[in-house]
Amino acid sequence: MELKHTAVAGTMESSDIMVTIEPQTGGGIQLELTSSVMQQFGRQIESVIRETLRGLGVENAAVSAVDKGALDCTVRARVSAAALRAADQKAYPWEVRQ
Amino acid sequence: MEKRYSKDRLRRSMMFVPGNNPGMIADSRIYGADSIMFDLEDSVAYTEKDAARMLVYNALKTLDFGKKEVVVRINDLSSGLGALDLEAVVPAGVHVVRLPKTDCAQDVIDCEEEIARIEEKHGIPVGTTGMMAAIESANGVLNAREIAHASDRLIGIALGAEDYVTDLKTTRADGIELLFARSMILNAARSAGIAALDTVYSDVNNEEGFLAEVELIRKLGFDGKSVINPRQIGALHRAFIPSEKDLNKAYAIMDAIAEANARGSGVASLKGKMIDRPVVIRAQRLIALAEADSASEEE
Repeated sequence: MELKHTAVAGTMESSDIMVTIEPQTGGGIQLELTSSVMQQFGRQIESVIRETLRGLGVENAAVSAVDKGALDCTVRARVSAAALRAADQKAYPWEVRQ
Repeated sequence: MEKRYSKDRLRRSMMFVPGNNPGMIADSRIYGADSIMFDLEDSVAYTEKDAARMLVYNALKTLDFGKKEVVVRINDLSSGLGALDLEAVVPAGVHVVRLPKTDCAQDVIDCEEEIARIEEKHGIPVGTTGMMAAIESANGVLNAREIAHASDRLIGIALGAEDYVTDLKTTRADGIELLFARSMILNAARSAGIAALDTVYSDVNNEEGFLAEVELIRKLGFDGKSVINPRQIGALHRAFIPSEKDLNKAYAIMDAIAEANARGSGVASLKGKMIDRPVVIRAQRLIALAEADSASEEE
């Protein structure tokens, strides 16, 4: 997925996460995460963000995420929405619930 | 084929949950509504439709909603957004798709065709996903019977009153303005053997008004009502619980029927009155409602 411009998804409300994705030409994924539950879940949130971007084929980006206690499914949703917006892409590989 | 929906389940309350609010989606199961409805339509700003669709998709795929019926209200197909919503929620496992602004049977048929195409594309047996149609215009009310019969997937039809009263050139008042629509929708639903669901009561601080409306729709024969606030669920469910007196009478009727059957007699009576078939059907329904209520309390 080719990112074209900076995009944001999510809010600063409780249980949400606000994700900003900025295209980069190299350097992999540079992630800046702040979270109200950093001590307990910081690693888990970071892992979900990186895994989601990998799944979408985003290799280089500056990602800023402000977490307010989001569940993993919310983190995945907001990262995916921000990446699609940054790529001006509407199509998404929807999958069947297992 | 295992369908994701059942036409016969208890549907006293269908709770609206804004589709772009992760906190409310995560908590939606705990409030005890019979059905949870994630909304991608009116509660989501146009610029957030994509994010809400992605959020509801991920929630459906990941979260456990127990035995609750999970409904998604999509955007109408003519907006260009409805088909995108279906692409996400059908594979994600939604039980029932709620189609808004249904004006005629063709709206239901178009939506069903789209759902069937998506099911087939993903290897999901065609017919797995249920549908319901919300009627929100004078045209829709007048076409209610054809709408109710338009698809085998329909579990029910619902009244959406805000748009409807605007179409009628009136406003929400004491309920008289909705009498014709409610009667049409109820009779259309019953003629198709599906559920009839009433509109929301938006003034959440007016408990007295809410209870009066619930009593009215229960007497008319509705299965239940859409709710916008969890505070309304308890009172709504209590209004639908049969009284002990009525329940005891229902059990006595069923006992008398069993006794007559055991005697080999086709005629049963209770306290000197013959028990007609409609009396038996009403007694069976009352007992089923009480049992379904106990089961939902245990969840």
